[in-house]
Amino acid sequence: MAENISTWLPPGWEPLAYLVAAVLQAILIIHIFALGAVVFIWAERKVSGRIQDRLGPTRTGGAFGWLQSLADGVKLLSKEDLMPKDADPLLFRIAPYLAFAASFAAFLVLPFSNGWVALHLNVAIFFLVAVLGLEVFGVILAGYSSGSKWSLFGAMRQAAQVVSYEVPLGICIVIPVIIAGSMDMVTIGNQQRGLFTNWLVFHDPFTMMVFWVYATCAVASVNRAPFDLAEAESELVAGFLTEYSGIRWSLFFMAEYGSMFLVSAVGSVLFLGGWNGPIPIFSLLIDNVPWLADSWMFVWLANFFGLLNVLLKASLGVIAMMWVRWTFPRMRVDQVITTCLKYCVPLAAFCFLGVVFWVSTGLPFLNDLAPAAPRSTVREGWMVEREERVERTLSRLEAEIAAAETQPATVDDEPAAAEEANEAEPVEPTDETVKAGMDDADRAAAVASLAGGEQ
Amino acid sequence: MGFLSEPVGLSHYLAVGAFMFVMGAVCMATKRNTLGILMGVELILNGANINFLAFASPYFREDNLGLDGHMLALFVIVLAAAEAAVALAIALNFYNNHATIDVDRASELRG
Amino acid sequence: MNQVASGLVTSQWNIATLGLLAASDGAINWHTLFFFIFALTACGFALAVLVSSHVVRMAFFLIVSLSAASGVMFTSGAHFVGTMQLLIYVGGTVVLLIFGVMLTAQEAFITLKTKAGDWVLGILVGGTLLALLVQVAFLDPTWHSTDYQQRLAAQHEAVTEELRQELLAGRDRSELSPETLQKLADLESEIASGFPENVGRIGLALVGVRADTTDESVGLAGYLLPFEIVSVHLVVVLVGAAYLARAKRRRTDLIE
Repeated sequence: MAENISTWLPPGWEPLAYLVAAVLQAILIIHIFALGAVVFIWAERKVSGRIQDRLGPTRTGGAFGWLQSLADGVKLLSKEDLMPKDADPLLFRIAPYLAFAASFAAFLVLPFSNGWVALHLNVAIFFLVAVLGLEVFGVILAGYSSGSKWSLFGAMRQAAQVVSYEVPLGICIVIPVIIAGSMDMVTIGNQQRGLFTNWLVFHDPFTMMVFWVYATCAVASVNRAPFDLAEAESELVAGFLTEYSGIRWSLFFMAEYGSMFLVSAVGSVLFLGGWNGPIPIFSLLIDNVPWLADSWMFVWLANFFGLLNVLLKASLGVIAMMWVRWTFPRMRVDQVITTCLKYCVPLAAFCFLGVVFWVSTGLPFLNDLAPAAPRSTVREGWMVEREERVERTLSRLEAEIAAAETQPATVDDEPAAAEEANEAEPVEPTDETVKAGMDDADRAAAVASLAGGEQ
Repeated sequence: MGFLSEPVGLSHYLAVGAFMFVMGAVCMATKRNTLGILMGVELILNGANINFLAFASPYFREDNLGLDGHMLALFVIVLAAAEAAVALAIALNFYNNHATIDVDRASELRG
Repeated sequence: MNQVASGLVTSQWNIATLGLLAASDGAINWHTLFFFIFALTACGFALAVLVSSHVVRMAFFLIVSLSAASGVMFTSGAHFVGTMQLLIYVGGTVVLLIFGVMLTAQEAFITLKTKAGDWVLGILVGGTLLALLVQVAFLDPTWHSTDYQQRLAAQHEAVTEELRQELLAGRDRSELSPETLQKLADLESEIASGFPENVGRIGLALVGVRADTTDESVGLAGYLLPFEIVSVHLVVVLVGAAYLARAKRRRTDLIE
């Protein structure tokens, strides 16, 4: 993105391009974060209302109570910001921001469509899990610093729960990484191109099983019912939230809804095809109609619908979490830990072995019904970027040479002449042969070492 | 702000590592709370890790440690986790048996 | 009116300075900037861990310090290890520590004051050690700075020049020498994303295959044996810690 912006700027202003790109991306992510929270809080009221056979909000902002969460927000902002006498002032103030920042930072590496990601990291999914795990610090510090027994109990429960559930969650996330051979989430998403049978959840029976383990662990790790022991209102008043009010309380709330959305989006990218819809309209068009694939506008449009796909799948995941919340009773604290250590961990480990067996023997399953391109041909993000940059450098060189050749022409005509010369050259076929040559080298390297040893 | 236009070198990384190491060492020496001492250990290991990675980085030296530095840092991290688990277990045991977490009061543990 | 005008002037000044910074020779080195941000945070909060006597605050400062240290690792090009630091160190070990803090944070033990004599001795010894270490760190003048960025740019320039010559000689893209193209590709990926291939290499090294070196003396062993030892060690630690920390049923509990 920064490179694209810097082409519009005068030379020497590249730092500004990076700054603009960073600010733009931060603003976009914050909006997804904040708007998501607003929409999901409204949805939660409506869903819970319908499940309990009532209507939920109906008046604020029209027929469906659209503006209910906005009204909630205004009410929260106008509340007095209280701090108990026994609280540790520094930690009490800083804890909500810590939770919020951790949840927000995980969005950095979440791809919303093919290549639409703020930070294209090679270890994206690993980074995401690591950062998401930091959210618990906010809760623990909030619980401790409130100076209240309820809060402390809530925080202790939360710490135990999150540390326990990180184990099965990690195993569940490793499984798609094994199949894809990459930790780059964009690559994992692109490998599921084609009909919905290519999604990783249909890779073998074990991934179908482990998807549900992932769903359970995800609900537990974002602290939602039936695993919301940390804020169990029937036992602990509101757990770590007991002493919070106003804007700080709403920050915790936004962090919670952000993480809910995040784990759902991660599940959709890892298991449910990410930005690939169930019926591949755009990718079919791009594969089969060359002039459409060449127009950046169409590719952009395809990516935009990919974005809608991710948002839709993630929202469905969030709504499923709400459904679970309003359907199941809360578990006891020992049941929560039992579920993790006695059921989730062994099941995830068993599925892990099963997937390794399935991958190593290459047995067929639903993935082979309508296979798209083989997985090994989808290269990691850095390889794609490397190829693009080589392409750009070569085009620049060619354009310079062409411009030098037409130098005797008048200065005004120069760019046009350069372009003409560029077009006159038989770029198309040679282009593809170079690409194919690069492909072979890269593929050999990838097979040799998954990601390394391309010399 | 002239230093911002100069590329940093290995020395800067080593200085950061040294600072964290010394902070950890002094923390270990002066804290009376067992868990404070543990935190000092974590800081020390981190300082060492930063040194390993600085020497492993191709940004600074041609004959860097390369992957070996990364692997050493990884093993340090894993062993630090193991060390923290055992040390925490010992600290909790000490707390359960002596109802204190002050290491100065641990002289009863002498044989 | 005046305020608006001065605001405009300052904003223009800001943009102008940004442009100057970008255009002049003393352009901001982004690597340096981020290194200093992370390094100062890490060092500052490490100092805070030492100075603070409140154990829960110490834990919080430790979190920030270790997270910033992971940022320092990222700036040295070690993405995988930096993330590992976040996941295991910050997300695992420190959570464990805080857990321990909260289990033992009784009134009297939250703030255990260090004796003044200990402080003096600690600062004396620590200050000497720090002075010595920093002096050693800055001993070698070739370590003060790095010409890596210029070197990379020069290599890139050389390779593009080579390709330009080939193109000028009338070859088209398909006839360019594959070695030069490969060199260009390597340089481009290094400029754009550092060393992403290290992740796969670390994984391979853990199972005993060294993809990063052709040195015969390294052999095929790689880090397989240490990896296995660490795995067994972790299992032993898991069992041992669970055994040590399990709640012992005391006689008095039974009577009650």
